[in-house]
Amino acid sequence: MRFRIALIAPALALAATPGLAQDKEIRIGYINTFSGGAAVYGKHQKDGLELALDHLGWKMSGLDVKMIYGDDQRKPDVGRQQADKLLKKDKVHLVAGITWSNVLAAVQKRVIRAKKIIISTNAGWSAMAGKNCSPYFFTTSWNNDQTPEAMGELMNQEKLDNVFLISANYQAGKDMLTGFERTYKGKVAKRILYRLGQRDYQAEISQIRAAKPAALFGFVPGPMGIAFVKQYRAAGLHEKIPFYSVFTVDYLTLGGHGKAAIGTYHTSYWNNNSDDPVNKRFIADFKKKYGYHPSMFSAQAYDMPMLVDSGVKGAKGNPNDVKAMVAAMEKADFPSTRGKFTYNTNHIPIQNFYRREVRADADGNPVIVTTGVVKENHKDSYYKECKFKW
Amino acid sequence: MTWLLLIEQTLNGAQFGVFLFLVSAGLTLVLGIMNVVNLAHGSLFMLGAYYAATFFGLTGSFLLALVIMVPLALISGIVIEVVALRTMYDRDHMDQVLATFGLILFFNESVRLVWGPESQPMPVPDFLDGSVEILPEAPYPVFRIVVILVGLAVGAGLYLLITRTKIGMLIRAGASNRAMVGALGVNIRLLYTLVFGLGAILAGLAGMMAGPIQSVEPGMGEDMLILAFVVIVIGGIGSIRGAVIASVLIGIVEVVGRSILPFAMANFMGEDAAQTAGPAVASMLIYVLMAAVLFFKPAGLFPAQAG
Repeated sequence: MRFRIALIAPALALAATPGLAQDKEIRIGYINTFSGGAAVYGKHQKDGLELALDHLGWKMSGLDVKMIYGDDQRKPDVGRQQADKLLKKDKVHLVAGITWSNVLAAVQKRVIRAKKIIISTNAGWSAMAGKNCSPYFFTTSWNNDQTPEAMGELMNQEKLDNVFLISANYQAGKDMLTGFERTYKGKVAKRILYRLGQRDYQAEISQIRAAKPAALFGFVPGPMGIAFVKQYRAAGLHEKIPFYSVFTVDYLTLGGHGKAAIGTYHTSYWNNNSDDPVNKRFIADFKKKYGYHPSMFSAQAYDMPMLVDSGVKGAKGNPNDVKAMVAAMEKADFPSTRGKFTYNTNHIPIQNFYRREVRADADGNPVIVTTGVVKENHKDSYYKECKFKW
Repeated sequence: MTWLLLIEQTLNGAQFGVFLFLVSAGLTLVLGIMNVVNLAHGSLFMLGAYYAATFFGLTGSFLLALVIMVPLALISGIVIEVVALRTMYDRDHMDQVLATFGLILFFNESVRLVWGPESQPMPVPDFLDGSVEILPEAPYPVFRIVVILVGLAVGAGLYLLITRTKIGMLIRAGASNRAMVGALGVNIRLLYTLVFGLGAILAGLAGMMAGPIQSVEPGMGEDMLILAFVVIVIGGIGSIRGAVIASVLIGIVEVVGRSILPFAMANFMGEDAAQTAGPAVASMLIYVLMAAVLFFKPAGLFPAQAG
């Protein structure tokens, strides 16, 4: 027995080491997809947040910032394992990241149960805005429904009646249509749900043409969208039936779309052309450091360390004072790429949504241009269902 | 749905089928003649697309990219065969599946390291951009017609190669009795390497034709690989004729099913339910077809005479 204790004692001492260092550093666990077909989402976000840390000098209120990354492989169970590892082994002060709603659903439980802050830099699972809301949860992105709600509003403003809807046959795909139809007041020509992962859309394109709608609204994310936009243009439909999309065309995918995306429209929370000095510096430094144009994913990830920094300041340099951190972060008092905004009572941003379109620059290459505000200070549709429980 | 739209959808299905044939031709050749299950066929498809996209981007010429892609695909195929597959011929299929699955992971990660995780740009070449009106009010993209022509040319070329040339005769002989052909003084090892290289070129060509209408990205071959296996199982492993017929059949079933089912099902269930269930049932149709074909003809529609 004595022998065992002799072994345990140094082990305990080892385990306590991170605790000793707690005055000198803040440890941020960052979970995202860094491998597999969706690794590009993780890359754009990691590049964005590391640029913010460069701007902060990798210091927050005198504390050194230590980033610990975890790859969720786009799987909820792997994400949960990463969260457990970050919380127990690395003893992180907070967890951030996550691109997919189903991974967020798995990770948030662990982090919130450990009474630590979790910040989503993308996933906008609606339950986190409503019945599953938590004071420990923040997002630097949006609630899923906000962007399609803005799109419905845009189509009302442009007096587009008889719109064809196309979306993916899974939960997020249906949520996009629900969000769109919550605000869209015109007639729906027809709706099609395509198979997740589909690569050939000629059959859908034939149906769209046959229905003769005034416009097309679509949610075709990632590589599916690259295939769809290319095929839509090859069929010559882009001029007759304009394509309005959400989470389909962005700087993340624009290289793949190429010129085929020119003449398409989408809504986004990020005004990439804004004159806001934070935004301009972000874009210029990002291009200089990484050699490519930041996407909206990079922009919202850039905000995460800034938000944490504001929290640490409010907690007077003590990242273990979670309540003080949350109270400071609620004020959204930090330089954001989207300019000044406020947090709603559920910690989802109340923010503007913009109309953006893809145009050809002087060399004929596609660029995204923000052409107006669709909805100012747009609140999500769930905040009234949110009751905080510490 | 009008009759005209139905005709158009059938055409879409046939076009998709010819594309599927392009993807599966090399696979059926390698599996039928060499008796090797090559899951890395999807990786060769991806490599072909990446080579073509890169050199199309550098030279600005689609045809020049084709000329450069073919030898690169051939070399990639030969290297895979010599380094990894040669030791697998005498092992059973499970070992081959395991080894070539490893190759998939290796190539996906290599491509990500070299080109990055982003989708690579590859537009429709200017001279093939545009559309022609083959049905009233339904302009058809020129590039898709080119895909059909390339697919048919590959089918005809392979058929002639296998049945009408000396090398085709040797390939068939090697498939039926490897040891005997070797004993007659033919370098069977070289022959197999060539067949695998030819399969790699076909996979690369399919990848190149997919580039302008799909996304060129790591892992792009995997979805196609599953359909390609369905094609060659239905068509009869090793049979070029079977692959042509099976792929067109699958293309039509998949596309027409997908466009009709959600609306047909709305007649006897709710609109909402049909919209969700329709695409799900439609995506099962080809597997139902495969099960039915295998029930009546366990060796596929056109079992290859050899192997």
